[in-house]
Amino acid sequence: MTGNNIQLDDQGRLKHFLTIEGIDRSLLFEILDYAESFAAVSERAVKKIPLLRGITIANLFFEPSTRTRTTFELAAKRLSADVLNLNILSSATKKGETLSDTLQTLEAMHCDMFIIRHANSGAAHFIASKVAPHIRVINGGDGRHSHPTQAMLDMFTIRKHKPDFTKLKVAIIGDVLHSRVARSEIHALSILGVPEIRVIGPRTLIPADISSLGAHAYYDMNEGMKDVDVVMMLRLQRERMRSALLPSEHEYFKRYGLDEKKLALAKADAIVMHPGPINRGIEIESSIADSERSVILQQVSHGIAVRMAIMAMVMGNQPPENKTLEDKTTGSQSEETA
Amino acid sequence: MRLKISSGRIIDPANNIDQTGGLFIDEGLIVGIGKSPKGFKAEQEIDATGQIVCPGLIDLCARLREPGEEHKATIASETTAAIASGITSICCPPDTIPVIDTPAVVELIFQHASNSQQSKVFPLGALTHGLKGKTLAEMDALKNAGCIGVSNAYAPIVDTEVLRRALEYATTCEITVHLYCEDDYLRNNGVVHEGPVSTRLGLPAIPETAETIAISRALLLVEQTGARVHFCRISTARSIELLAEAKTRGIDVTADVGIAHLHLTDMDISSFNTDCYVLPPLRSQRDKEGLRTGLANGTITAICSDHQPHESDAKSAPFSMTEPGASTIEMLLPLTLQLVRDKNLTLQQAIAALTSAPAKIAGLDTGNLSIGSRADICIFDPESSWMVETEALLSAGRNTPFASWEMTGKVTHTLVDGNIIYQL
Repeated sequence: MTGNNIQLDDQGRLKHFLTIEGIDRSLLFEILDYAESFAAVSERAVKKIPLLRGITIANLFFEPSTRTRTTFELAAKRLSADVLNLNILSSATKKGETLSDTLQTLEAMHCDMFIIRHANSGAAHFIASKVAPHIRVINGGDGRHSHPTQAMLDMFTIRKHKPDFTKLKVAIIGDVLHSRVARSEIHALSILGVPEIRVIGPRTLIPADISSLGAHAYYDMNEGMKDVDVVMMLRLQRERMRSALLPSEHEYFKRYGLDEKKLALAKADAIVMHPGPINRGIEIESSIADSERSVILQQVSHGIAVRMAIMAMVMGNQPPENKTLEDKTTGSQSEETA
Repeated sequence: MRLKISSGRIIDPANNIDQTGGLFIDEGLIVGIGKSPKGFKAEQEIDATGQIVCPGLIDLCARLREPGEEHKATIASETTAAIASGITSICCPPDTIPVIDTPAVVELIFQHASNSQQSKVFPLGALTHGLKGKTLAEMDALKNAGCIGVSNAYAPIVDTEVLRRALEYATTCEITVHLYCEDDYLRNNGVVHEGPVSTRLGLPAIPETAETIAISRALLLVEQTGARVHFCRISTARSIELLAEAKTRGIDVTADVGIAHLHLTDMDISSFNTDCYVLPPLRSQRDKEGLRTGLANGTITAICSDHQPHESDAKSAPFSMTEPGASTIEMLLPLTLQLVRDKNLTLQQAIAALTSAPAKIAGLDTGNLSIGSRADICIFDPESSWMVETEALLSAGRNTPFASWEMTGKVTHTLVDGNIIYQL
């Protein structure tokens, strides 16, 4: 029993987007394909389509974030939705309002979709279980649990460079224990058919029973990097340093930082990814972050297209089957510019 | 009043009785089993044909939320739920507000319990002042006020010196220490068992060693001090091994398990079901089986409800922001009987785990049907099935992980001191 079907409707279509777990391969590909059709929108002079016109989307960030919030906001605006940014850290909850009360208040303002970022695992599930039936919830990251839009934009980026998931060896490196990104990536890679998923890090940062998710743990990066096609670095929170988890930045970088020598162990055409923001000299050597093998900035731009696709889908839009999105939206676009 | 309970299957593990016949009560005391005492004329009769008649159940741990948290539940509401579940005696832990560390709080609890006239309530006093784990509570005064033991509830005693001295002092006062064992550092604000589920859900995890290290520490101190210690809410299979090993070395300790841990595992948390957030956390399938084995072989002797009623807001938030504990008191008997159907326990063992064993641990003279003892009695229909509907619960706490479960075994009568307090 996964209990995740809260995010799917009776027909198996996306109603909320809370976790990658429990979504089947064809739906994940559908998201990636749909995102492909949105990627072109960002490159046009008029970067807008009216798919979600009249829809109000509330960005509910209970935890600070710049990049995720901004790309969600851009994605929403490119779909012509109205966006409400709420930094809840500094408002209601400080005054003692409960999460349920905050949600009800926003429902009363006739919001149609909530994007949730919260420090506690399960927050998006909780909110999805509480909201009125017409409201859609997208998880923008909950605790250590899940960050499904990040995982999808990572899959999108991987596919751009390595079209066949079933031939890949992928390494995820760093603080897997505290990483919602890693958990979602592992689920997505595994559902998309990646035969070898490795997690690399010190014992203190690799959670118990990671193998139950289908990933193999390597504590020696030189071992784990051998022949991989994709190198996915994770962000290391500075507060993990000088705790019982890690002795120092210096020692961490020496063992698990991505430098030229370690990258040389991967396949010659391996790509390097990072969800950002990067800590240069801690997780990754500057020269690699800026090199041609790094697709870090592509990840950011892909994030907009992927989030547009997911937002459109949870609002009931289906990817066009025969005609391209361009055809479908040309008419409305002229309306938009008129 | 003279009362006859006729034709029931009388099970009294304390006296090794399992027979069908009459039970005779006079002036609140049991005066005969099987044969009517000379000249006994019943003024009232209960026909218990097809039912089981056993001592009233004794619950070693249920939170009644009074004083201090009456928005969650009250002594009146919870003892009403308990009496309808065959429970005639309840031990309540000291983590009330204020803490049960003065005779005045003990008095208050007794007074409210006697006002509600349902189950008898036996408080546990605090082991350390304010449960802070720093200085000793006035254990002698608490004992004299009526506490049947002392405990630090969930509050950790980080300083091992304090634990050692607390155990020594409890020995001086000849009072049993009910110890909940968890290493606070290893707990590290965890909310679920460390394993595949914590990894999948990304929830802060509590390793098995949080319990086993704390139990090991306590066992060594019991060995040193000779204190009478009861280990509360065992949750891991490894803990059972530690306790069994200590017993073979002659260390005289007892242990109990909460009913939820005998039926649920961390898998039941599924997608963040906050009703499954309990402490100690629900562990693995292997642990659940280990606990059942531990009960069968006598390493654990008592089963308690570990009942913790909450208002709905307490469970309505992202998982780790909710309050731990489950409302279980009304399922204690049927879920224990399930262990008989699952062939883990005999019926005698199951009833002993709810009567004679907890009576011995709490030092109560009830939990048996000996001639001359107080007639605290539970009569239940072992075949009657019912469904757990949260709205129909008598407890003020609707936070049960057993919602929609099918229960078999329904209490029909509960007697306290020979009076029929509950009748279906």
